[in-house]
Amino acid sequence: MTPFLDMSRISKRFGGVHALRNVDLTLQTGEVHCLVGENGSGKSTLIKIISGVQAPEPGGRISIAGQDYPHLNPVRSTHCGIQVIYQDLSLFPNLTVAENIAIGQHLGGVRRVDWAAMSVIALNAMAKVGAEFDPDTKVAELPIAGRQLVAICRALAADAKLIIMDEPTASLTRHEVDALIALVSELKRAGMCIVFVSHRLDEVLEIAERVTVLRDGVKVGTFDADTIDSRKLSHLMTGHAFDYDIHPYRLAAAPVVLELQGLGRDGDYEDVDLTLRAGEILGLTGLLGSGRTELALSLFGMNPPDRGVILLDGQPVSLASNAEAIRKGIAYVPEDRLTLGLILDQSITSNITLTVLGRLAGRLGLITAGTRNGHVTQWVSRLGIKVSDPENPVKTLSGGNQQRVVLAKWMATNPRVLILDSPTVGVDISAKDGIYDIIRQLADAGVAVLLISDEIPEVLYHSHRVLVMRHGRLTLDVPSSQTSEPALRQAVNA
Amino acid sequence: MKEKSPLSLVTRIGRSLGGGTMGTLTLLLVSLWVVFALVIGERFFSVNTLQSMAFQMPELGILSLAMMLALLSGGLNLSIIATANLTGLTIAFVLTRTVPGSEGMAWVGWQLLAIAAGFGVAGLIGLVNGYVIAYLGVSPILATLGTMTLCKGIAIGLTRGNVISGFPDPIIFIGNGTIFGVPFALVVFALCAVPVAILLNATPFGAKVYMIGSNEKATRYSGVDTRAVLLRLYVYSSLLAGVAALVMMARFNSANAAYGESYLLVTILAAVLGGVDPFGGFGKVGGLILALVILQMISSAFNLLNLSQFLTLAIWGGILIAVAAVPHLRALLRR
Amino acid sequence: MPDSLKAPSVKAALARFRRSHEFWLLAVILVLCAGLGAANPQFLTMQNLFDLLTSYAFVGILALGLLVVLIAGGIDISFTATASVAQYVALVIANAYGANWFSLFAMAIGTGVALGAVNALFVQKLRIPSIIVSVATLNIFYGLLIFVTGGKYIYSLPDWFATGIFWFEFDWGPTSSYGVNLQILILGIGFLVTWLLLNRTNIGRQVYAMGGNPDAAQRLGFHTFRLNMLVYCYMGAMAGAASLVQAQLAQSVAPTVLVGKELDVVAAVVLGGASLAGGVGTVLGTFLGLALLAVLQNGLILLGVSSYWSPLFVGLVILISVSVTAWSQRERRARRVRA
Repeated sequence: MTPFLDMSRISKRFGGVHALRNVDLTLQTGEVHCLVGENGSGKSTLIKIISGVQAPEPGGRISIAGQDYPHLNPVRSTHCGIQVIYQDLSLFPNLTVAENIAIGQHLGGVRRVDWAAMSVIALNAMAKVGAEFDPDTKVAELPIAGRQLVAICRALAADAKLIIMDEPTASLTRHEVDALIALVSELKRAGMCIVFVSHRLDEVLEIAERVTVLRDGVKVGTFDADTIDSRKLSHLMTGHAFDYDIHPYRLAAAPVVLELQGLGRDGDYEDVDLTLRAGEILGLTGLLGSGRTELALSLFGMNPPDRGVILLDGQPVSLASNAEAIRKGIAYVPEDRLTLGLILDQSITSNITLTVLGRLAGRLGLITAGTRNGHVTQWVSRLGIKVSDPENPVKTLSGGNQQRVVLAKWMATNPRVLILDSPTVGVDISAKDGIYDIIRQLADAGVAVLLISDEIPEVLYHSHRVLVMRHGRLTLDVPSSQTSEPALRQAVNA
Repeated sequence: MKEKSPLSLVTRIGRSLGGGTMGTLTLLLVSLWVVFALVIGERFFSVNTLQSMAFQMPELGILSLAMMLALLSGGLNLSIIATANLTGLTIAFVLTRTVPGSEGMAWVGWQLLAIAAGFGVAGLIGLVNGYVIAYLGVSPILATLGTMTLCKGIAIGLTRGNVISGFPDPIIFIGNGTIFGVPFALVVFALCAVPVAILLNATPFGAKVYMIGSNEKATRYSGVDTRAVLLRLYVYSSLLAGVAALVMMARFNSANAAYGESYLLVTILAAVLGGVDPFGGFGKVGGLILALVILQMISSAFNLLNLSQFLTLAIWGGILIAVAAVPHLRALLRR
Repeated sequence: MPDSLKAPSVKAALARFRRSHEFWLLAVILVLCAGLGAANPQFLTMQNLFDLLTSYAFVGILALGLLVVLIAGGIDISFTATASVAQYVALVIANAYGANWFSLFAMAIGTGVALGAVNALFVQKLRIPSIIVSVATLNIFYGLLIFVTGGKYIYSLPDWFATGIFWFEFDWGPTSSYGVNLQILILGIGFLVTWLLLNRTNIGRQVYAMGGNPDAAQRLGFHTFRLNMLVYCYMGAMAGAASLVQAQLAQSVAPTVLVGKELDVVAAVVLGGASLAGGVGTVLGTFLGLALLAVLQNGLILLGVSSYWSPLFVGLVILISVSVTAWSQRERRARRVRA
């Protein structure tokens, strides 16, 4: 059987940099294929070549359904049935579901809008994936999972034979991920070829039949999913082996810094009792929407609880604002680094100093350049942030270095309680390790850390104790040494 | 060495002058200066010319500072002119009620009281703007469009469009006097620009304003009370409009509900020309001053050449486009 | 969602309308009209309605052009200068060489389109934000116009133009008769064409899409250059048409009186719910925004309030209505978070 897509010797250079070097890729009809690799490994360049956005260097060969092309362009690629669903979904939030799905009807020269035809196209595509929205709803009013379905419907409505999904599960709850996986296998049975690009190695292995690994623009290999595990996969992606041991629990004697008694907030979480000791790393896991982020925001003074008590050093406190929480020694690293954690357009200096401006101000309330630069230099070297010029915008840094800037910004406030919400999202595996090191050092220095994550290995291997939250309630509280990945997974999903 | 384009010298000089907009503006200023010096000759350097430039710039300059503050936070203040006029009218109204004597403590005190009343009004308008924008979440363009119309309405309603004029000498001096040959209005401008520059570059407040301009939500998540910062910012913007009012009424020896309305969009032009990002987060007082000098120099030179002031407007517009296009053109050349 | 699929779509559409900005605006206008009608019977007369439409035609036509630009994600405030230039060019040529309705409008609209294209080229080719471009071109167009013409008014207009039109004449009572004049005709055509463009052609939907998500529009192969060109040229065309409407009403060409009215137009469009962020705004909303301002100013006059005080009330209504809208949105968002 001829493969749907067969590429060989694909290279791409940007200036002097090889983004891709002699990569081969074969995609079969009715296959679910995963593409993994760290940032900068060449995944997105490869996708852009398949979708025709970028042309490969001469010498490569691309064949689609038996037909050879020297290179593609977006129109030809779409014509061949190739559809890319980008991570941001590229939907039009202000248009209706029907218009988004049947957007092809809107393209081209001046023409009357055939609303009836668009509605038929949309309903047909929606029927294929079992979606049941009102086609006249605006996409902005749908939840993320719904928007994802709309994006898939749009690809189907454009007669897709190959759908490439870039990080499709990044903002879905586990339940929604399961639904997506079911949908993908259905599409596959209908003869569709699906390419998944994902950071989450567990999911990759769950969905894919074959996995292609890229590293530094070179293809490491294509593997059958049932022959490898996530540890091996991360080794292939990074070239290093990362083995973590479970932290022994040895902190029963340390003083309790933070204690929650019967904390509750309508619609968010209920009956939360929790103790956090100095030097302890407490892992908190649960599904998206389980109430974990809402709880964290309550501890940071941004989401006031309706009942219950928050005790700091045994004293009840009420946190009216996050400024007050910061004054009392609580710091919060939000999950969404790009829009909440950092101000991307502004300089590294501005970002690192933002939380301590009052302290840096000297006489007359003025901050001198010397004080500011001294502060930045100190934190850049202390956290090993790779910076060419601290006046550059923080968006010029890699994900790992950006997260270090966030950590520097909060560590500078001398927190006694540090809440980290998914601190390694979008950070390369090799850079993750550095972040874990920093967290461990902080705990060793006596900071109480609440580590929130939906990656179970992350909480298991990097906390002393693990809490599981479900439907707004804490359902499990266990030292890491007394549990395991499968046990936690069951507790989270049960 | 193949990227040795004609611009490379320009960019090198530009970078040594602080890079980016500052470099472009300095270069522009120098070249305009040379051109005008060659075309106009000696008259361009006469004390009269310099003094008239220095008399004209402060009004627009102070108003532009007021606009700049709002722009930096990602907002806009369309009410600055209306605020200035209402402030001017308030001061003028109090001044022309009764002036106790023509010298002495009571006389001076009354004038100070008049000015204080004006600033009270300006501050109040700033509070309304700030409250509606920061605490109610109304977009700045809408909120200040509302207060602009409202202030103008109050001013027109109370004065029926008439002028209030006839002020005591010290007030006139603010607009027309000189100290060692330097127009006092320019001193007032400096007394505004320097504190604003310090406020923006060397205080926690200023740092927060820039951060809010780029991403208000992330700034709030960093423990900054963004609403309080914005409220303060719009009060400052209003107070600066109040200072402009004082200079304006002093120069004309009168106040009116409709003075200086053509300045409104010119303040945006000046600020953006000076490198203020119209979407917020970036811009320095130094850049604004350079832009103001450039604009004023063109205006004065055209005046000396007996060219229409409307041609000046057109050239200002052209310069803005040219300067705004520089980053893109530079990127094209580099490629 | 499944139950809303089963529900009749008219009901769903009505429910959507009740949640919309336009609904609240309509409610406010109706209350205002009822009150004004009760206070002064003259308010709800045909005479007054026709007068209102005539005097707000200029702002209304410009508002339609601005609406399209805002939906596309841009902004243009150079339209008053564009209108001044278009008016001058068209009527000077008409005076010198003669013209008819068709050629006169073709000249004014053509001038507007050309100046709109200048804006579009600056925005697209030099990658300058549209707010900067239009602040600059406002000064350029206006400055050059006054420089070249010396700012002289033209009072002698072609007779047929000065007379205007009066179509579909009908009598109402013994003393008054009404008809469609030039202002109302062009305003009506403007609303119809803009509505058709935005809601019935794929190009209009592309404009909405581009304003809602410009990156996605690029990725899906929209011709964003052509679309932007169209949008700014449409604004220019509207400015051209509006300029003649205004000249006919004023019975003169006055190059200095239009510039400075930008914010009146912006107020009508944003009161009508269009967002400066792009992608949002409707023709109905713009009509209602315009109607609110017109009814308010007209009502105050009929109530005997001195025209000196009218900006005060307009300012208050703008401030209160935008504050209430923002506040109610915030409340709704807060409730959703807690639910």
